[in-house]
Amino acid sequence: MSDLSVFREETRAWLIENCPEGVKGPGVVHSGSTKVTFEKDIQLWMERMADRGWTVPAWPKEYGGGGLTVEQTRVLFEEMNEIGARPPLINMGTRMFGPTLLEFGTEEQKQRHLTVIAKGGAAWCQGYSEPGAGSDLASLRCRAEDKGDYFLINGQKIWTSGAQYADWMFCLVRTDFDAAKHSGISFVLVPMDQEGVTVKPISLISGNSPFCETFLDDAIAEKRDLVGTMNEGWTIGKRLLQHERSGQGGLSPTAARPKPVGVTIDLEVDDVLKDYVNDSTISPALRDEVIDWKMRSAAFRLTQKRAGEQARDGKTPADTTSVFKLYGSTLAQDRQEIVVRLMGTQGLGWEGDTFSTDEIGAARSWLSSKAVTIYGGTNEVQANIIAKRVLGLPD
Amino acid sequence: MQTMYTEEQEQFREVVARFLRVKSTAGDVRQLMASSEGYDVAVWRQLCGEVGLAGTHIPEEYGGAGFGPVELGIVSEEMGRYLYCGPFFASSVMAGYALLNGATESYKSAILPDIASGAKIATLVLDNLNNPGEVGAALKATKEHVVSGIASIVVDAHIADLLIVAASTPDGLGLYLVNAGSEGLSITPQEALDPTRKLSRVSLSEVRAERIGWLTESLLNQTWDQICSVLAHEMIGGAQHLFESTLEYTKVRVQFGRPIGSFQALKHRCADLLMELEFAKAAIHHAAFCLAASEGEPYVASMAKAMASDTYMEAARAGVQLRGGIGFTWEEDTHLWYKRAKSSEVFMGSAHMHRERMMTMIERASGHDTGEQP
Ligand SMILES: Cc1cc2nc3c(=O)[nH]c(=O)nc-3n(C[C@H](O)[C@H](O)[C@H](O)COP(=O)(O)OP(=O)(O)OC[C@H]3O[C@@H](n4cnc5c(N)ncnc54)[C@H](O)[C@@H]3O)c2cc1C
Repeated sequence: MSDLSVFREETRAWLIENCPEGVKGPGVVHSGSTKVTFEKDIQLWMERMADRGWTVPAWPKEYGGGGLTVEQTRVLFEEMNEIGARPPLINMGTRMFGPTLLEFGTEEQKQRHLTVIAKGGAAWCQGYSEPGAGSDLASLRCRAEDKGDYFLINGQKIWTSGAQYADWMFCLVRTDFDAAKHSGISFVLVPMDQEGVTVKPISLISGNSPFCETFLDDAIAEKRDLVGTMNEGWTIGKRLLQHERSGQGGLSPTAARPKPVGVTIDLEVDDVLKDYVNDSTISPALRDEVIDWKMRSAAFRLTQKRAGEQARDGKTPADTTSVFKLYGSTLAQDRQEIVVRLMGTQGLGWEGDTFSTDEIGAARSWLSSKAVTIYGGTNEVQANIIAKRVLGLPD
Repeated sequence: MQTMYTEEQEQFREVVARFLRVKSTAGDVRQLMASSEGYDVAVWRQLCGEVGLAGTHIPEEYGGAGFGPVELGIVSEEMGRYLYCGPFFASSVMAGYALLNGATESYKSAILPDIASGAKIATLVLDNLNNPGEVGAALKATKEHVVSGIASIVVDAHIADLLIVAASTPDGLGLYLVNAGSEGLSITPQEALDPTRKLSRVSLSEVRAERIGWLTESLLNQTWDQICSVLAHEMIGGAQHLFESTLEYTKVRVQFGRPIGSFQALKHRCADLLMELEFAKAAIHHAAFCLAASEGEPYVASMAKAMASDTYMEAARAGVQLRGGIGFTWEEDTHLWYKRAKSSEVFMGSAHMHRERMMTMIERASGHDTGEQP
């Protein structure tokens, strides 16, 4: 038996033994936040996996990871999917900040932050966007003054997802106001629990408030929490965005991941088709739309696979992540459009017993899917990046 | 099942490309499309002999190279890129596959070696090239071994030595062999929108023909799929060429004091096209991998053909539009590919037909086709 099949056998046995019933199937996933109490099974599952380093299986062992190879990581995810296990831990630390710190952080920073993230001991949020700096992120104005052994930070961030539950924020700040706009930016880590930080939730069109305005008034970041070199944070900030986009487009560097969770975003066109449509009610135009979507989604998976295989060795995502972000987000959005369209008037529910859980979920996902082409850089911005970085078109 | 090209296959592609780069330049294409034969006999001989491409997918026992759909796809992709003009598609691909699938053993042994070596040019005569479900309405075997009817569009019939004719009989669709010059056979070359692929009208009036086998419904569909997979490769090769040359043009053409490629509307159009191309390519290569392994979803070829149709046309439209006036001129080469894109778009079924075909296959597989509902 190959090493990989031995690993598979052992993993399967361990998962069956250790995965609590309460984390099978769709539902809440541990976010690492110290400000939230999670159900017993969710907490237990996170802790058991963290003990093995499997909350972040591909990270090196010395930082709390599992030290698994790409193939082993894939096997682990496949086996988790097999028993319907949810991921044990997902937050911006595991997906975006951690991989970036692995590349740019000092040994001391990695020891101090990565080990905590791996254990589910802190949730992170992203302090990038500002009221005046969205697509043109590099025009950000949030100011950090060098006070010797700390930075004094003043300014405002906006659209900070999960800020109300976060323990830390990785933040882009301006440290040089005279330099060209990309050159005076630094990447610092700000603890959320301090007097100088205030968060105010913002309501979305979907009625939820998953993100906030974050005000920084004489907030403090320690000097040792500057990542990389002073005034050269833009490079780091951009790399983190690639990790973010690769997650959104679904192109994980390991080319595999546990199935996504949200109950409804998962509603497959196929299932809806089966339950809602018979040949006599689907119009030829809608049929064409459905099948066109299916083709594009199959092509997307195949391209992902191809890119994954080509990128086996190189672990960091490249500019081509923008291709996946742009195509993938559009595809995801189109799926929600088709799903509600197939449901007819049953796809218009928000609450109430006329509508099934799936139908309500479909309507809600339809609405929230409108964000996927905005966050992490809008589709228009992704097209700009592709034109510039992938196709080499001039400015 | 393979999911990526092997190193040998990449090298094979390079060999094919190197040959076509010099033997099928835009200048050659222009010359051939203006000729009545439409191909260069010397280049065709070289391609069959030295390079040995005509029998790429034909098993060694019939004199071929014994490769499969993947290598055939590679050859076609490069032919599409260089817009190769010659009987490869009609003879090797269309007739070759029909014979491999439908002919009896003795006819395969008798005919395929000549096709593989290029000693003879064959073509497949189908009375419908839009939809496999409609084949057999116009060509009929009236008596045993006598075929009558009209096929309004046949590729390269004007240069074919052998016509492999699918004609309906009371027992199903038969496969017949008709020799060029047979009594009652008339082949009228037609001027087509796309002059790089020559078309003729073939009419048979009480032509004596040997029945060499059968194309059952499933064999016909299999043949259709195989041809579509090859065609889709050819198309994506052409699309890739159009994309690259257009992209290059937007970097050098200057207006308003800047390269036109710096204008956002053009940037986004190029970015969108890149995506369409890359994702279609994945689907098309996947189709060949599946056919080679006899695995995968039943609809891979339809998916490949549909995506190729949309992508090639989009690349062609952008190729003209982004060049402005020059793109609409005869001197510029873009229109050569543009016309091939259009003829390939509909040939062997439009994107709509293939989407519908794929949908029907999915419904059949999941059993919620109304006909099968309990
Ligand atoms: C659900 C959600 C979660 C988010 N979470 C976070 C978070 O956690 N942290 C964080 O920092 N940010 C977050 N964001 C913010 C997100 O990154 C920004 O909204 C996004 O970058 C766009 O910026 P903007 O909203 O200012 O829009 P603008 O930049 O004002 O864009 C408005 C429109 O103009 C277009 N446009 C702008 N510039 C160009 C150009 N050069 N070419 C063509 N078109 C252009 C845009 O595409 C868009 O259509 C989140 C956003 C959403 C919706």
